[in-house]
Amino acid sequence: MGHHKETFITKYIFSLDHKMIAKQFLLTGMFMALVGMLMSAIFRVQLANPGESSILYNLLPSNWVNEAGGLNPDKYLALVTMHGTILVFWVLTAGLSGTFANFLIPLQIGARDMASGFMNMLSYWFFAIATVVLMSSIWVETGPASAGWTIYPPLSALPQAIPGSGTGMTLWLIAITLFVVGSLLGGLNYIVTVLNLRTKGMSMKRLPLTVWALLITAILGVLSFPVLLSCGLLLIFDRSFGTSFYLSDIVINGEILHNVGGSPILFQHLFWFLGHPEVYIILLPALGIVSEVISVNSRKPIFGYKAMVGALLGIAFLSFIVWGHHMFMTGMNPFLGSVFTFTTLLIAIPSAIKVFNYLATLWRGNIRFTPAMLFAIAAVSTFITGGLTGLILGDSALDINVHDTYFVVGHFHIVMGLSAIYGMLAGVYHWFPKMYGKMMNKNLGYIHFWTTFICAYGVFFPMHFLGLAGLPRRYYSNTAFPMFDGLSDINDIITFFALAGAIFQVIFIFNFIYSIFKGTKTTKNPWGSNTLEWDTPIERIHGNWPGELPTVHRWAYDYSNPNSDEDFIPQTVPLKEGEEEH
Amino acid sequence: MTSILVAIVTLLVVAAMVQIVRVSELLAELKKEDVNEVTESDNKTQSILYLVIGFGFLVFVVWQMIAWNDLLLPEAASIHGAKIDALMQFTMTLILVVFFITTPMLFIFSYLYRGKKSNNAYFFAHNNKLELIWTIIPTIVLTGVIIYGLKTWNETMNMDLSSAKYIEIHSKQFGWTARYSGEDNKLGKSDFRLIDATNALGVDMTDNNSLDDKITREVHLVVDKPVLLQFRSQDIIHSAFLPHFRVQMNCVPGLITQFGFTPTKTTAQMKQEEGEDFEYILLCNKICGSAHYNMQMKFIVETQAEYDAWIAQQKTLGQKLLTQR
Repeated sequence: MGHHKETFITKYIFSLDHKMIAKQFLLTGMFMALVGMLMSAIFRVQLANPGESSILYNLLPSNWVNEAGGLNPDKYLALVTMHGTILVFWVLTAGLSGTFANFLIPLQIGARDMASGFMNMLSYWFFAIATVVLMSSIWVETGPASAGWTIYPPLSALPQAIPGSGTGMTLWLIAITLFVVGSLLGGLNYIVTVLNLRTKGMSMKRLPLTVWALLITAILGVLSFPVLLSCGLLLIFDRSFGTSFYLSDIVINGEILHNVGGSPILFQHLFWFLGHPEVYIILLPALGIVSEVISVNSRKPIFGYKAMVGALLGIAFLSFIVWGHHMFMTGMNPFLGSVFTFTTLLIAIPSAIKVFNYLATLWRGNIRFTPAMLFAIAAVSTFITGGLTGLILGDSALDINVHDTYFVVGHFHIVMGLSAIYGMLAGVYHWFPKMYGKMMNKNLGYIHFWTTFICAYGVFFPMHFLGLAGLPRRYYSNTAFPMFDGLSDINDIITFFALAGAIFQVIFIFNFIYSIFKGTKTTKNPWGSNTLEWDTPIERIHGNWPGELPTVHRWAYDYSNPNSDEDFIPQTVPLKEGEEEH
Repeated sequence: MTSILVAIVTLLVVAAMVQIVRVSELLAELKKEDVNEVTESDNKTQSILYLVIGFGFLVFVVWQMIAWNDLLLPEAASIHGAKIDALMQFTMTLILVVFFITTPMLFIFSYLYRGKKSNNAYFFAHNNKLELIWTIIPTIVLTGVIIYGLKTWNETMNMDLSSAKYIEIHSKQFGWTARYSGEDNKLGKSDFRLIDATNALGVDMTDNNSLDDKITREVHLVVDKPVLLQFRSQDIIHSAFLPHFRVQMNCVPGLITQFGFTPTKTTAQMKQEEGEDFEYILLCNKICGSAHYNMQMKFIVETQAEYDAWIAQQKTLGQKLLTQR
């Protein structure tokens, strides 16, 4: 390690240190999470009081609101689109993987930094520029992308179809291109680092589950994001250079377009070839964090370590051969539908194994309820609740009537949204002492957890019933259909919980900022943890370990091992004579 | 004015939180504890909260199932729909059983095994027998679900349509139009290049099959007679969704998609069961632009005699062509 002097710019802005880059990802992700959440608060207000004005609309550009003060229908779709894009890519991909892969991989494998610090810095800055481009699209005259976060053409290809498909969509595509470049630079780095820079004794069999999950996530990303990139490039060609990859037989606004021979369904195949692994790019890091937090705070080894790794690999493999379940209703060959139903429902097996292993880890534990632990248990709860409804959506015959309804919205917000957000929050509470050398306030953490837990289920569980009543998603309002008149109470309940849940996040933001500056000092290993990151000094140093790198002698989960008087044995402690490794 | 109020409220909230933190820090100092150290009493409080709020959530779930049961879609009004409903019932029962076993387990374990200084966790790293059991049982159950699901899917998709009436459902931003085939049950050709103000569906009038086609703004079906809907779109992907029949299919520009089914209940019957306001409705279920939320067409299921009387009143395209000339 060179001991050159760090300036403000090299330390905080163009930093090469993985820990600082992780914080940059975290803060950007948190900022984007607030933006995305605010957008959802705004469109939930519209759904509870369709067409009426609201004080919240003052936050929007003025041409989004009509003369009566109500939200314009196409801008409702803009909000939904941006909310989805921000949460899926900016918060739960970059914010989650970017933060924890950067922070935990070198620390937990005993490396001084990522394989390439420079690539790692580039990865963040591509992401940062992508963020600026995406955010700037909000203030474009015709509004940001409005075709849903899945940007299906022809809607996303034709500015005549919806105003957001003009400049806003162009900016969306540029932002996503930059985003993919950033995430590939990061992902390759994560893979190389895990495979090559493990310290002495850190065999793959001794890796903490967090690192396993982050490694597999990075592999998924590297294999699937290039497909999204090419999918987007073809769309750029269709939009700007007159090609017909996705367009055919179109008459719009009385104009007969020249495009023939393209297929909008091709886009969906390419998109979901990324899109479904993407679901697990979001979920797996959260499950990795949950495994670690549950094990540490139950003071027990994670149950079935090998099965947990196997389940991660199984889920990752299956995630590449199930994309068609998003397309059962596109008119694709029913036989293909059967194949995708089969592969999709298989994912329930590794998922069930994970749930049972979490339960077995809690069983006869000595559970310490840190805020992180509360969030980790809640993530298991949402993984169960949301995972089970997947059995309905993955079954092509049942999907006929719930496809694209609020049932889907409820399902994926619980299983992917909440589980991942809970995993991310668990990670922040758990590793905050390592990141900032301070403790987050425990009591505010408790209040934050319980309000969030109640509000989140209050928002998303009722959505299943809207879906079973036949209500389609992405409707500006459901007043045009008398058959949905009875649903306004449910919509009011959802909006109430959504607004309350959004407000309660202030507690977290406050706790986060307050604790950075005024939090109580942490000890070196506040949670009594085995993994290597707690072997490093409290102060941040570039290179992680002041002296030699540690040597690893055992797996990461020797909690309450009868061979020891303490209820944990760090990975650096050699095996006792005659002790067998697990 | 409001922004000043918001600013004041925000300041007050932040001040309140600072006070909460300060007070808890002072209290901990008095008790000679680290404020952020999780104590045994924290474990007790939080585990009880998990039990109480967790079960509160389960009660909330049950309450929703009871209170909102009437809001859900009525029983399917088609032959394949009844099979889908049966599969749904089977899957839903299975899901609820698993849900009401595993979720309480999570909350109960959290409570039972809350940390105590006097306790030691049980070192239990793996158990092949247990793991085998909970791999094999889900596998067996899923095999059943998959087989049942695929059977229903195949029956739905491979219905005998030899006697089905052909009706085209044409979609565009933001409306639906239907085209009935004539007595020959053959729809005339169409081409998007022919679409203009007088020929909204782009029907090729040089094709003899077109002359007896009829264009309508609502769809009438005969009860217990199979029908094959063929979907087209002239601009964006739309999705034809008929929730009461358990029918959904995307309408894709450049492709013709289809869905065949047999309605089993007349609109009049449904009005008796569900109330006078009941109508079968075709909705758009794929985001398609500003007025996506209001793209609908009425479907009416009636007896053969009623249908015959209605269809006889509709003019064929050939007749319309004559009057135009």
